[in-house]
Amino acid sequence: MAYNKPIPVPQGESDVYWQKAKEHELWLRKCNACDNAYFYPRDISPCCFSKDTDWIRASGKASLFTYGIVQRAPHPGFVDDVPFVTAIVELEEGPKMATNIVIDNPTFDNLQIGMDLEVVFEDITDELALPKFKPV
Amino acid sequence: MTDLRKTVAIVGVDESDEIGKVPDKSNLTHHAEAAYNALEDAGMSIKDVNGLFTAGTSTLNLAEYLGIEPSFTDTTAVGGSSFIIHIAHAMAAINAGYCDVALVTHGEAGRSRRSRPGGDDADPGSQFETPYGFLGAPINYAMAARRYMHQYGEEYARQGMAEVAVATRKWAQLNPKAYMKDDMSFDDYHNSRWISEPFHLFDCCLVTDAGGAYVITSAERAKDAKKKPVWVLGAAESHDHNLISQMPDLTRTVAKNTGPAALERSGVTHDDIDLSMIYDSFTYTVLATLESLGFCGPGEAPDFVADQRTAPGGDFAMNTSGGGLSYTHSGMYGMFLVLEAVRQLRGECGDRQLDDPKLCLINGTGGSLSSTGTTVLAID
Repeated sequence: MAYNKPIPVPQGESDVYWQKAKEHELWLRKCNACDNAYFYPRDISPCCFSKDTDWIRASGKASLFTYGIVQRAPHPGFVDDVPFVTAIVELEEGPKMATNIVIDNPTFDNLQIGMDLEVVFEDITDELALPKFKPV
Repeated sequence: MTDLRKTVAIVGVDESDEIGKVPDKSNLTHHAEAAYNALEDAGMSIKDVNGLFTAGTSTLNLAEYLGIEPSFTDTTAVGGSSFIIHIAHAMAAINAGYCDVALVTHGEAGRSRRSRPGGDDADPGSQFETPYGFLGAPINYAMAARRYMHQYGEEYARQGMAEVAVATRKWAQLNPKAYMKDDMSFDDYHNSRWISEPFHLFDCCLVTDAGGAYVITSAERAKDAKKKPVWVLGAAESHDHNLISQMPDLTRTVAKNTGPAALERSGVTHDDIDLSMIYDSFTYTVLATLESLGFCGPGEAPDFVADQRTAPGGDFAMNTSGGGLSYTHSGMYGMFLVLEAVRQLRGECGDRQLDDPKLCLINGTGGSLSSTGTTVLAID
């Protein structure tokens, strides 16, 4: 069946992010004024409101910051996925991002806050891949 | 800062004609009915209204529908807290002389005309949250509740959430307008189905069709009103994120700033408060808010609400309408906090009436724990 979940639409400030994701790489913006990476990508940094920013490749390592186990699908595209895990992960570079944890039979026992994760990519269309995370 | 205590008063409040499950009425119908009823409660006419405030639709749309040409217009829309924040904005506008009779309305057929969450493709949430299924409040708020459990203990937090759900239902059983009035035991709570773990069904607010409105006016014009004025003592507002993944601390809302600021502007302390109306989109919202407001310290809310302390007869009166959890919750619930606060201060609450309350603190929370508005109301 065709992919029927909401699909991100790359924008001018995020096209590099999505292009790299398609190549199965996770890239972040970094502020040169304070040397911190940030998420989500935007041209002017939210930490210093600086235009002196770069793109950097993230290691793909992260830890589980928090999560929920969704039992009631919020959209028709997720009906076959429940239960599935929505999560906020803390990337090794510092920023946090929303994602899914790829795991069979999720429970409070096999999902421990602080556990190590690594990025994986799901190719959702010919043009797009979504970064997700799985336990190491 | 200028002392604005008792410079404005709320003089009229009401819901729309029917609330709960009302499939044949639109959002604007709820707005208009509530406006009509609140003006009648105030003993004022639509012709008196020169300030108009709402959220969820533009005041452009609303003013045309109601037939108003306002001299002050405000569509501040920061989620369910907006209608609390409108009190502060009306207070400023009335004191500045931009208007003297302000009408604040809400209408949302949240149950019958439920819209799917979604937004502009260019919004960060559309790219970085919704593709993962971050759609709707139960999923977003679960992130915060799970983190709280991690920090303070799962069983301990769970018991606090259960206390709030059960106590709030007891209040609803005393409110003829409440949507959910069946008995709820602790077992019923713990056995209710999962929605988005850690949330059971009974951790989540209702989704109803409802409208509400209030009339807020200058001290001078309040003399013309039908009932005793309910004074605004002070107010404060803030927000620190939009997307839940961007929330600086999932266990602390900006009530940590707006609570102390509103109390200071009001010249009162936590101990002076007779009634707290705390936005209960989820049981967890109440725990995080009580702590952020400073009624108790971080991680202490489950102890604070223990032993049904917030239920009828308890010594911390909270959400006496039955709250968003059991009375009504159309989507942006904040309006209904104001209605109950005013009615309690006026002594109009029948079986659930508190014993002569003089001061009520209201805290609205909007978005994904994103915005808060705090205000203190008083009656002479």
